[in-house]
Amino acid sequence: MPVITYREAVVRALDEEMAHDENVIFFGEDVGKAGGVFKVTPGLYEKFGGDRVRDTPISENAIIGAGVGAAVTGLRPVVELMFADFAAVTLDQIINQAAKFRYMSGGQLKVPLTIRAAQGAGQGFGSQHSQCVEAWFMHAPGLKVVVPSTPADVVGLLKSSIRDDNPVVFLEHKSLYTEKGEVPDGPDFIIPLGVANVVRKGTDVTIVATQQMVKVSLKAAEELEKQGISCEVIDPRTLVPLDLETIVNSVKKTGRLITVEEALHAGGWGAEVATQVTEHAIWYLEGPVIRVTLGASIIPFSGPLEAFLLPDKDDVIKAVHRAMEP
Amino acid sequence: MAEKLSVETRQHMLKKMLEIRYCEERIQELFLENVIRGTTHLCIGQEAVSLAMAANVDAKRGDTVTCTYRGHGHALALGMPLKSMMAEMMGKASGCSKGKGGSMHLTDMEVGLIGTFAIVGAGLPVTNGAALTAQIKKTGAVSISIFGDGTPNIGAWHEAVNLAAVWKLPAVFLCENNLYGEYSAYGDTAPVPNVADRASAYNIPGVIVDGQDVEAVHAVIKTAVEYARAGNGPTLIEAKTYRYKGHSRSDPAAYRPAGELEEWLKRDPINLLADKMKADGQLTDDQLASMRKAAEKEVQDVTEWALAEPYPSLESVYEDIWV
Repeated sequence: MPVITYREAVVRALDEEMAHDENVIFFGEDVGKAGGVFKVTPGLYEKFGGDRVRDTPISENAIIGAGVGAAVTGLRPVVELMFADFAAVTLDQIINQAAKFRYMSGGQLKVPLTIRAAQGAGQGFGSQHSQCVEAWFMHAPGLKVVVPSTPADVVGLLKSSIRDDNPVVFLEHKSLYTEKGEVPDGPDFIIPLGVANVVRKGTDVTIVATQQMVKVSLKAAEELEKQGISCEVIDPRTLVPLDLETIVNSVKKTGRLITVEEALHAGGWGAEVATQVTEHAIWYLEGPVIRVTLGASIIPFSGPLEAFLLPDKDDVIKAVHRAMEP
Repeated sequence: MAEKLSVETRQHMLKKMLEIRYCEERIQELFLENVIRGTTHLCIGQEAVSLAMAANVDAKRGDTVTCTYRGHGHALALGMPLKSMMAEMMGKASGCSKGKGGSMHLTDMEVGLIGTFAIVGAGLPVTNGAALTAQIKKTGAVSISIFGDGTPNIGAWHEAVNLAAVWKLPAVFLCENNLYGEYSAYGDTAPVPNVADRASAYNIPGVIVDGQDVEAVHAVIKTAVEYARAGNGPTLIEAKTYRYKGHSRSDPAAYRPAGELEEWLKRDPINLLADKMKADGQLTDDQLASMRKAAEKEVQDVTEWALAEPYPSLESVYEDIWV
């Protein structure tokens, strides 16, 4: 199986979908001639031409709006917002327009739009270029929210997102762009939205984590294994729709749940997963549900501060120990 | 002096303007009677712009329209059935959006209406996208976005006009300058005397037209549509018009100087067209009177029908969120 990077996975998925369907177009700031600020999309402009791959002005409202308008009139646009934080500039087009169009029109319109953006901390980009924003979009019915953590997930889920008839917010983690992984060959490889990945099997504790935090959780699980604690690590991969069944079934087996996310404690996806698990499996729980999060701060610039704020292996181990207390 | 339209076109425009006028007046009454909920934004006085716009839209070709929440007239002019709109006003299942949209969210893709937008400035970026589809698929379609004089003060307006100009999109940006952005006079919120003056910042044509003269508005939109279809990009049109009512249901428009409304009433778009037709021997006073009566009756009949229509099923509240 070929090994590619998370970055290369993005361009592979876009390339395959643009070849697969001529209605797929792609535009955003510097995504064409320059191949993307994160060098994620090289070669597409040369291969598919300036009609289908376009550089835009720095105009987030115009970018998302054009995506919405093109989507409702028959194209299948993929647009890039560069840093996910910039979505705040155009929340109207995403939340009031793209997400609600179908509903407000009584089902007349569909919006097959994929919005790509790079989120996440770890590289010293400061407060306005580092946050994880998935929770913003989980509160807007009509939007699907995808958070891939491996190159294979990027390929399989981005292709599914582009083929989906609903608007999808596809959040890549910028600290994962250099991660390598095996990806099945061939244009037919695809992963449906709403199917969690059980990354590691275990029997004592269920750890649910996304993106960078999957790696952190796997490291913690290895160390805990040596202490005789068996952790099951689940990556939901998509937050909307959420594969609750896989998570609940795991908790029914382990009796314990830890969520690990690179986002705020209050109102994050971990809070949602924790609540839904208690609604569906409270009598199976043998200890407190514990959320490992950023707490209640903002991503800082200073290296030691940023590193301190991000959940690490030890934070996860501590949480597991707390959950295991008799 | 704009070119005279055919007698059939003039008759259609007069009939539709009357329908819109009576419909808006009836909607106002229904709001005051609390039959219609929420808020509403009436276009009484601005009907000529709606008809001039609609006459330049060919939904079969793929032409599309986005407009503001002051959109009842545009929807009807484009050909949305009166029943479909009136039922939507009342939140009934047979409304164009199954009762989920209401006064501010009318959509009818059969007539090319993507939507009436309740967020100021949100329609222009979406029109660009529809124009982008036309450009890429080479359909020859255009997309028209209609907005008020307050809209050029919001960022999305500038982003959209700029992008359309840079990509030479087949779009037309049509401003209905009715002199007031909500309760504020145009001059109190904008530094340029005319909305069309802003076109120079984007190197696109900016045209001012008498918004009460349906034939004049029709002519400038026609030119702009041909210009867009030929690949030259967008035009900014400013139709100078006037809303006879306040901004919304709750606004008695006390901020207007005394006598202003009366001056505009002298140039009522319906009367202007009717007078032209009478002068050209195409209409008599009796015919006009019976057209008024017919429009009023149609609106009344449709109102009665809509009142008797059922509300949507409660389960439908969770439908139409996902494809």
